[in-house]
Amino acid sequence: MLKIKDLKASIDGKEILKGLNLEVKPGEVHAVMGPNGAGKSTLSAVIAGKDTFEVTEGTIEFQGEIINELAPEDRAHKGIFMSFQHPVEIPGVTVTNFIKASVNAKRAAEGKEDLTPGEMLKLIKEKAAMLELDRKFLSRSLNQGFSGGEKKRNEIFQMAVLEPTLAILDETDSGLDIDALRIVANGVNNLKSPNRSAIVITHYQRLLDYIVPDFVHVLFEGRIVKTGGKELAMKLEEKGYDWIKEELKANN
Amino acid sequence: MSLKEKIISTYRSFEEAISSSSSINDIKDNAIKTFEEKGFPTLKDEDWKYTSLKSILKTDFCIVPSENKDIEIADIEKYFVDTDSFRAVVVDGYFSAELSTINTEKAIISSMKEAIEEKNELALKHISKIAPADNSMVALNTIGHADGIFISIPNNTILEKPIQLLHIATGISGETLVQTRNLIVVGKNCDAKIIERHQSLTENTILSNPVTEISVGENSYYYHYKIQNDVVSANLIDNTYVNQSRYSNAFVDTFSFGGNITRNNLSFFLNEENAVANLNGISLLNDSQHVDNFTFVDHRVANCDSHELYKGIYDESSKGVFTGKIFIHKDAQKTNGNQQNNNLILSENAQINTRPQLEIYADDVKANHGCTIGQLDKEALFFMRSRGIPKKEAKAMLMYAFASEALKNVKIEALTAQINKLIAAKLNVDIEFGE
Repeated sequence: MLKIKDLKASIDGKEILKGLNLEVKPGEVHAVMGPNGAGKSTLSAVIAGKDTFEVTEGTIEFQGEIINELAPEDRAHKGIFMSFQHPVEIPGVTVTNFIKASVNAKRAAEGKEDLTPGEMLKLIKEKAAMLELDRKFLSRSLNQGFSGGEKKRNEIFQMAVLEPTLAILDETDSGLDIDALRIVANGVNNLKSPNRSAIVITHYQRLLDYIVPDFVHVLFEGRIVKTGGKELAMKLEEKGYDWIKEELKANN
Repeated sequence: MSLKEKIISTYRSFEEAISSSSSINDIKDNAIKTFEEKGFPTLKDEDWKYTSLKSILKTDFCIVPSENKDIEIADIEKYFVDTDSFRAVVVDGYFSAELSTINTEKAIISSMKEAIEEKNELALKHISKIAPADNSMVALNTIGHADGIFISIPNNTILEKPIQLLHIATGISGETLVQTRNLIVVGKNCDAKIIERHQSLTENTILSNPVTEISVGENSYYYHYKIQNDVVSANLIDNTYVNQSRYSNAFVDTFSFGGNITRNNLSFFLNEENAVANLNGISLLNDSQHVDNFTFVDHRVANCDSHELYKGIYDESSKGVFTGKIFIHKDAQKTNGNQQNNNLILSENAQINTRPQLEIYADDVKANHGCTIGQLDKEALFFMRSRGIPKKEAKAMLMYAFASEALKNVKIEALTAQINKLIAAKLNVDIEFGE
């Protein structure tokens, strides 16, 4: 589904990703962990198509197509979704209207008619119930005055509505209390299917108790330096990243 | 002969033809003197530092247009907001009873000329008493207007329907200087809503110089919405002056989307205690459009509030100007004045000049102001695009989000919908804005 080969990306001339390789197959959940500044958020932003980053080398292939040059909206239409670490506040645009615009833009790209207001309402209600969001929430301006937990739940709510093929969760769990974490994880798990995949970027192993990964990767200095199963996450939580640095030194 | 000379000689000759002396004629006589002395404002005038009329004043305007009786409702229907309302229509400066819908027992909505001729007491009491006589554009209107709209709303009147004022320029006399004089007198304990629009039906250059004087009585709520969405050959120097009595709340919103050069002179005089003035505006410009909002709030007495919020979005080589004068007199203690002017610049060639001017002579007041100039938030744009919303639509939504706070005083649903549509059309997107 997703094949990243030797990816190098920089911002303002500074190289952040330094030859990163990652392959995600349909149905798989991959966790990416790593110390601050390793390039985790850059990786998700580059997959989603943020143009402040320049891809200088390598390829991102999604469902057989190189998407390096695609606009973010085109990537979204193809089924890539990124949940933001810091969701943006947009005063004056309600949650409902934002979702309408988002859903209908995707449908338009697929050559489909807009959903009727009735269909849209049904879809939104159903997904809102899953994320335990109340009606008032839907008529508020997007993320404006939302608590940290509400913002993250809103992200997962949008993901649930858009039903992406590849979901990237960029530190969605940071700062969440246990109830919000469960709701968010539940939203992600509900989307699981043999043809959907997820990349979960996190600092904390805790999330992986709820969203169980098939693979855990360690991202360090712009490269994936170690890959393992869920037990790797436990080890990282317990021992930190110093042992990885030692290992790398020893190998060089 | 310059336009100024043409105006003065034309009206001097009119004046000689009318020998009778009356208070109205005295006012006109003084106005000619004022205009002769001051003429059209230039960049040398501090208040006009960023708006030049030079390019317009080269035009050989017809200053006394003929009456055009050929306009039909069908020609102008689309310029009304689609809501049950009273209508007052002025064509090339002449009130049109045929095109207006003014039948109501609740208020007088009539021709200004008739009100003066019939010696309506309130009309005579307030005309030329609210707008400053020493302002040259007001003076020009005083000498040059033929007619306009007079509205009188008696005490204790709640007007359920808004009154729509539509000023049409037809261009029948070629390039035209159109001058309309309006007076709106609101009694005590009233609630009234006005929608005002100036619309040119011609490609001929139009310069409109309307003066609207408004008196808001004690404990009344008065809402006045200006929709400026004229064609590119139309220029507008709008002059609106509001007197407020105690416990009155006045709201004037200015929505500028169209036209070539637009100057909005808007003043509030807080004459009695506990009055509240509210001024909001949205300027959404592109091409080489120019909009200058020149606002003045005169806090003359204690315990009054003023709230001002202007949002501007400037694309291509458009230019915006904002001046927010707040004058707090020595006795105006406990004044609460706040002012915000926020701007987005979308192109390297667009410009905004913004200047808050606070003069405070009282020592126990709250007065704050802020202005910002920025660009569209790239992070927000990426956020929206990553959810599949195309760039143009995402930008439009962000612009609407930025501006929409200034719509909060619009209390007519159909008007909000209309403004939302105008914004979508201006941004060339097919989006239903609003909630």
